[in-house]
Amino acid sequence: MSTPLDGGALVRAEHVKKYFPIRKGILQREVGRVHAVDDVSLEVRTGETLGLVGESGCGKSTLARCIARLHDLTSGSVSFEGRDISRLSRRALRPVRRELQVVFQDPYGSLNPRKRLGTIIADPLRIHHYGDRAQIKSRVRELLELVGLSPEHVNRYPHEFSGGQRQRIGVARALALHPKLIIADEPVSALDVSIRAQVINLLDNLQDDLSLTYIFIAHDLGVVRHVSDRIAVMYLGKIVEISPAQELYQHPIHPYTEALLSAVPIPDPDLSERREQIVLEGDVPSPVAPPPGCRFHPRCRYATEICSQQEPPLVAYGSEGHLAACHHPLNTMRAPAADPA
Amino acid sequence: MPEPLLEVRDLKVSFHTEDGLVRAVSGVSFTLSEGETLGIVGESGCGKSVTMMSVMRLIIDPNARFEGEVLYKGVDLMKLSQDEMREIRGRGIAMIFQDPMTSLTPVYRVGWQIAEQIRAHERVSRQAAHSRAIELLSAVGIPHAKERVNDYPHQFSGGMRQRVMIAMAVSCNPDLLIADEPTTALDVTIQAQILNLIRKLKDDFGSAVVLITHDMGVVADIADRVAVMYAGRIVEQGEKRELFYDAQHPYTWGLLGSIARLDRPKPRRLTTIRGMPPSLINLPPGCAFGDRCPHRFDRCRELPELTDKLGNGHLDACHLGPEQKKDLREVTIHPELTPGPP
Repeated sequence: MSTPLDGGALVRAEHVKKYFPIRKGILQREVGRVHAVDDVSLEVRTGETLGLVGESGCGKSTLARCIARLHDLTSGSVSFEGRDISRLSRRALRPVRRELQVVFQDPYGSLNPRKRLGTIIADPLRIHHYGDRAQIKSRVRELLELVGLSPEHVNRYPHEFSGGQRQRIGVARALALHPKLIIADEPVSALDVSIRAQVINLLDNLQDDLSLTYIFIAHDLGVVRHVSDRIAVMYLGKIVEISPAQELYQHPIHPYTEALLSAVPIPDPDLSERREQIVLEGDVPSPVAPPPGCRFHPRCRYATEICSQQEPPLVAYGSEGHLAACHHPLNTMRAPAADPA
Repeated sequence: MPEPLLEVRDLKVSFHTEDGLVRAVSGVSFTLSEGETLGIVGESGCGKSVTMMSVMRLIIDPNARFEGEVLYKGVDLMKLSQDEMREIRGRGIAMIFQDPMTSLTPVYRVGWQIAEQIRAHERVSRQAAHSRAIELLSAVGIPHAKERVNDYPHQFSGGMRQRVMIAMAVSCNPDLLIADEPTTALDVTIQAQILNLIRKLKDDFGSAVVLITHDMGVVADIADRVAVMYAGRIVEQGEKRELFYDAQHPYTWGLLGSIARLDRPKPRRLTTIRGMPPSLINLPPGCAFGDRCPHRFDRCRELPELTDKLGNGHLDACHLGPEQKKDLREVTIHPELTPGPP
């Protein structure tokens, strides 16, 4: 979709960790921790779309929320436009929030049912002192047109809209303050196929017109490939592979990526019959006590002894920015730079 | 051709509501042979679930009106009492629901829930039903079934709960299994496991399956025949390959075009179906898809019949002629599938 502007990193996350304590008993003692995001580093370049994929509970939403500072980090840092925002106070964070907006998954839960559409979209404008009443009003109309809704709808309530329209409202609200980065957390998962395509195309067009940067979270790999320039695959709180989108789909290096791709049903009966499907056994292990070594080894069909003992580092394959963390990389002749063997 | 296992004839379901009469299903007919898998595809509100819930006679809303016949092995289910129907549910026709979180009772152990169904249909001891439950749980791939049988639903993950639902559904060897969006709430890797399981059970027990889904990929994977529903009617129905490679209805084209596919080069923009599905109250006369159809013409003001225009059992409800469709299909599905940058 968009050509990545050769800008630097808009967002840089370094060694981000987010653990949620599990408390029990009368004294609410901490008895364990959910390792939701465990030492993740990545950068998002200006103008690109970074896709985040993985199964439920892999930490992709938590990571995005850490980047937006909707969660405080356990450790690590997040910088936005070169400035560390991970320790900023709420007040100091406010100007940053203008630049960095979130579109949520559930178009039903993320809009206040008691507010009219006009108020919902005008709220961020008022909070950030966008201008006087007339200016706000015209900005709201402008935003509604931008996302394909009729400006006459300003006095309606959210329940009067369909799922696809609500998601457009969510997008309009996120765009209100001319942000640079939009974090879209499963923005189309709750929508029907034909409506899904409409919203994806809307996001695509907006990116081109407003030169936005996206972090796009989804579990539908087809959708992610369609929108992303680069894709990061997460498993149990870690990034196991990160790569330019096309490269990832053609030459996955991590066995988990391979399995994930092969599990996507293909709407073509002959192809679907011909291809080899890798069915992963069992469920994702609990992030409270992740397996030692490579976190994927209990479900991996290539796993050997080393996989349960040593955690593979995320290393580069080739110069195209294709990184993977695996002891037994696929689709590559090159030995990983930091092979511990 | 042998007598069909299930034959639905002109089923109509409507609901009286405050806003008016909602015609959820308006004249659906299809047949299903033994051991066959039928996929029913469509968007939310197209009537696919209501159709199959009506077949099971599970809609007990006093505002619902039913017309038409549902023949199961020659018996019209619509005329049976709820007591007689209970004999058929479970043993004859079983159903798996979309949401494995809410379709199990949270206050009973899963083993108890499976055994209850077995004991409702067969005269067996508690002990025997319990050990059958353990066998079933291991048959659907739950590890340590002997211990897990005494767990409560909240102790299982989503995929596991769906397995429990399936174990329950197949506990009395039904002839027909209805699966209503069985994998929609699950991750792709778990979805692949569950679809494999349904396929295996189908082979082992020889049950016929009706799979309701909105995912064309799932249908391509598992169905023998496919019916596409829109606004309470079947708009296209045919053998799986016919439907995917020779789709006849513009709505099916739209569905195929709007999927972001992994097996094709990436288009710059996805094909969309403009607008939204119509309200089922006061459906406009004529083709219900007319307002969203890019190929609408004068005749679309009349309601198109679902007929076999190609003479090979592939039915569609569209006024366009087969020749016109040949020309229009590819441009509708992939308007920009010209060789572009990789």
